Amino acid sequence: MSEVKKNMALTGEPPAALSAGQKGATALGMLGLGVLLLAVFNVHFPNKGLWLSLSLCTMVAGIIWFAQVTYAGKPSGIKNDGVWFKSISSRGLWAWFFALFITGFYVVLYFFPQYLGLVKDGENTGIIALFDPLSKALSGNPASQWFVYGTLYTIAIFAFGIKFIWKYRHNRYEVIRTVSVMFFQTAFAFIIPELMARLNSESWSLPYYDLKNIWPLNYYNFEQYRIDSFISAGTVGTALLIFGILSIFVITPVLTYKYGKRWYCSWVCGCGGLAETAGDPFRQLSDKSVRAWKIERWMVHSVVVFVTIMTTAVVHSYLGEDSGKYWLTRSTFLVGVAAVLTLVFVWAVVFKRDKLQKDARYGAIGFFVVIMTLIGIHLFSGTQQVFLLEAEKLRSSYGFLIGAVFSGVIGVGFYPLMGSRVWCRFGCPMAAILGFQQKLFSKFKISTNGGQCISCGNCSTYCEMGIDVRAYAQKGQNIVRSSCVGCGICSAVCPRGVLKLENDSHKGRVDESPVLLGNADNLLDLLKK
Amino acid sequence: MEHVIIIGNGIAGVTAARHIRKLSDKQITIISKESDHFFSRTALMYIYMGHMKYEHTKPYEDHFWAKNRLELLRDTVLSVNTDTRELQLEKGTVLTYDQLILATGSRPNAFGWPGQNAKGVQGLYSLQDLELLEENTKHTRHAVIVGGGLIGIELAEMLRTRHMDVTMLVREKDFWGGVLPPKEAQLVGRHIREHHIDLRLETELEEILTDEHNQVKAVKTKSGEDISCGFVGLTVGVHPNIGFLQNSPIETDRGILVNRALETNVPGVYAIGDCAQQREAIGERKPVEQVWYTGRMMGETVAQTICGNRMEYAPGPWFNSAKFFDIEYQTYGWVWAKPKENEASLYWEHEDGKKCLRLVYDKDSMRFLGLNAFGLRLRHELCDAWLKKEASIDHVIEALPSANFDPEFYQKHEQDIMRQFSKNLKTAAA
Ligand SMILES: Cc1cc2nc3c(=O)[nH]c(=O)nc-3n(C[C@H](O)[C@H](O)[C@H](O)COP(=O)(O)OP(=O)(O)OC[C@H]3O[C@@H](n4cnc5c(N)ncnc54)[C@H](O)[C@@H]3O)c2cc1C
Ligand code: SF4
Ligand code: SF4
Repeated sequence: MSEVKKNMALTGEPPAALSAGQKGATALGMLGLGVLLLAVFNVHFPNKGLWLSLSLCTMVAGIIWFAQVTYAGKPSGIKNDGVWFKSISSRGLWAWFFALFITGFYVVLYFFPQYLGLVKDGENTGIIALFDPLSKALSGNPASQWFVYGTLYTIAIFAFGIKFIWKYRHNRYEVIRTVSVMFFQTAFAFIIPELMARLNSESWSLPYYDLKNIWPLNYYNFEQYRIDSFISAGTVGTALLIFGILSIFVITPVLTYKYGKRWYCSWVCGCGGLAETAGDPFRQLSDKSVRAWKIERWMVHSVVVFVTIMTTAVVHSYLGEDSGKYWLTRSTFLVGVAAVLTLVFVWAVVFKRDKLQKDARYGAIGFFVVIMTLIGIHLFSGTQQVFLLEAEKLRSSYGFLIGAVFSGVIGVGFYPLMGSRVWCRFGCPMAAILGFQQKLFSKFKISTNGGQCISCGNCSTYCEMGIDVRAYAQKGQNIVRSSCVGCGICSAVCPRGVLKLENDSHKGRVDESPVLLGNADNLLDLLKK
Repeated sequence: MEHVIIIGNGIAGVTAARHIRKLSDKQITIISKESDHFFSRTALMYIYMGHMKYEHTKPYEDHFWAKNRLELLRDTVLSVNTDTRELQLEKGTVLTYDQLILATGSRPNAFGWPGQNAKGVQGLYSLQDLELLEENTKHTRHAVIVGGGLIGIELAEMLRTRHMDVTMLVREKDFWGGVLPPKEAQLVGRHIREHHIDLRLETELEEILTDEHNQVKAVKTKSGEDISCGFVGLTVGVHPNIGFLQNSPIETDRGILVNRALETNVPGVYAIGDCAQQREAIGERKPVEQVWYTGRMMGETVAQTICGNRMEYAPGPWFNSAKFFDIEYQTYGWVWAKPKENEASLYWEHEDGKKCLRLVYDKDSMRFLGLNAFGLRLRHELCDAWLKKEASIDHVIEALPSANFDPEFYQKHEQDIMRQFSKNLKTAAA
């Protein structure tokens, strides 16, 4: 019988430290990243194709190896041990470093691409030059900072996607969903647009188009240069343009009706894809307070208003006055937009008032602002102006504030501080519109299982959208929230099998007076009152 | 204004408070010695494992209490004077109540083993226990857990996340063998071992051995074996926390004795949750029910009575759930470790040995009596309806697919189960 030497044993410590294997894997990944960093500092690599492949492969291998040591050989199940002990996933020092690093990367990417080696008319240098061979192989053109970004983004979704699948291998919903985002990112966001660019020639060219990127997420889709280019590209271009419009007015509502906004936000979208894969270790950092929910509603609705006005103004600015030249004139367009909005608004208020609840106020205010602005545009705008602002100014400030700063710098840069879906929750206009549809006319809901909830809080903690899932579950109420992206993690982490994502009928979807199962029927009836 | 005082801010007390507030304007005070705010006791393990922090286990935000005019008091009630309707608190305050709800929960059992008060030996029930556990296991390499119940297995899982070697001493022939039929108990047993726990069945604790600093150094089993260890977790059940009532006229046995309306023998004093004991057991239920759900249900019930609508505690069909490491468990109705005379059951197990389903029915009337599900999620609502409506076993088998509550895209096993069960039923009939 041996004495336990108390102070020498390493065991019993919170599982915060990395194992030897995890350290090795991290080092390998860092090695790959190191090559890219060296390239940024203009270290010259002789055989760029080789070094690039080496770098990318090592990073992917590092991540997969990390996943293997972490999850393989252990029984499948929920793997959240130590999440709140590890510095990186609990807003510790490492989290701040990491946030600083990504934020810095985004700032350089958006505003100082020259430091990455972008040369306008001439040979690229730095890291962008390192990506030239890959870009040329795909599209035939030299790389840009966006190509570098797109490649790294896709690689991240791919490699961290594998890690995610390993982690949730017992949950087929998670596995299939992740394969889906990996596919859409690789094919639709990365390869297809690059190949499309290959078809372009002097006389015929398509704008860069990630088909799954729908307006208003793709806020620039209806800008003049793109419309011109779509139209000049003949049948294919027109088809793409029509697809772009159909995806707003037909495809999106139909799919959201059937499956909820998850079909987009956690199955297709690239922003969602990154959040679900690379961002998974940070999902628990989202703010669950009622206050955060309030801020969320104000922000996300403001962004929708902003993007609607901006797009209308931009389209308005290049349309003509003369209906003889082209049927769609400025006035027709404005009236059309106003009519569509009014229709939606009246429909929502008349038929869905019960489901709107608090959101009605936001909707009404938003609607009012947009309509007044439309009238303003009509009355006061000269050729290029909306009130006193140029449409182009409006567009560029949206692009700067929302498109770059919010979706990139804060949206991804703040993963380690505010969770993985900051952008999706507070900034994404697409999410807001889908959420509106989800709340009002979708079949999707998260059902609560009778009286089984033990209020443990796992669901709320791991909801990346900051939804206090438990608040509903412990009342026996279904969760029908516009912000829910249907990631399914609440259901996965629930230790009592309380939550189920379902596309069910409308009847009883929103339960106004829920009760928890368990007590005698006469008491339950009383409680329902 | 009438003053309702509730001792205990657990699920029972808080549920009662919430419902009284919904129904009335009474002044409500909740006293607890354990924590400032209500937290979920069932989530204690997740704090230790790093899945959540203490804040996450609080079901309501801190502003909830003031907003609903629920006064919270962090103090210990030392004694109750039912004549003057006064409570003596540890910090010196004396409070007067009009109605008193006792919801004081439980305390861990210990059966007088030598050494049970040594350093490094503890139970797991309260937040303070969790803090102590943090302290006690800081340098532990080998831990022994005595008792194979729901808290024991949670403790085992907790310790494993910190890479301790864990030995579990279980008195029964199988894990939780007093509650689970052998097949299910063995399924769980296999899974426990898969998680590298040294599960010792039919092994009982004799004494806990200590060193010169009164620190635990080993346990001795009844068969005479010494197992060296730096920590001993005692998880051999809990008992009602009623010590402070010793000198009061409130009648107690194991728990605080109550009638069906949860009233004690003293008018205006009620007991709910873990600490309450029914004078006469309700149906097959135990007189002292120590689960989350029953605490909640008693809270819902007593609130009605206090607000003038006297109501008896009349729980619907029994249900419970737990998680054994990675395997979820749900049960509805009654499934006994040893079937009763009139009972027969159908059992299906998946080839991976981690999922199973048992349906119990009455051999004569063919009525469905209850089920155990491991690794499968079932709809509470439907199972509840089957039990209330006394559905036949045939009906239940037929309706199984609609009771599936697994996440989407999960492999479905109902066809398999139904085929096997229908066959088994026929052979049983023949
Ligand atoms: C680790 C663990 C896991 C569990 N998991 C599950 C599960 O998964 N499912 C399930 O159904 N059940 C589970 N249980 C059981 C469940 O938690 C209890 O049945 C339930 O919490 C009891 O609630 P209660 O309100 O009756 O008492 P408690 O939650 O015990 O609350 C009583 C409170 O009263 C306070 N108190 C007592 N006396 C005094 C006094 N004199 N003065 C002031 N304050 C006082 C105590 O400090 C305590 O805070 C678990 C229990 C534990 C310990
Ligand atoms: S509620 Fe559940 S499914 Fe919806 S976003 Fe949150 S965790 Fe995902
Ligand atoms: S729904 Fe599940 S995870 Fe959420 S609080 Fe209830 S038991 Fe816990």
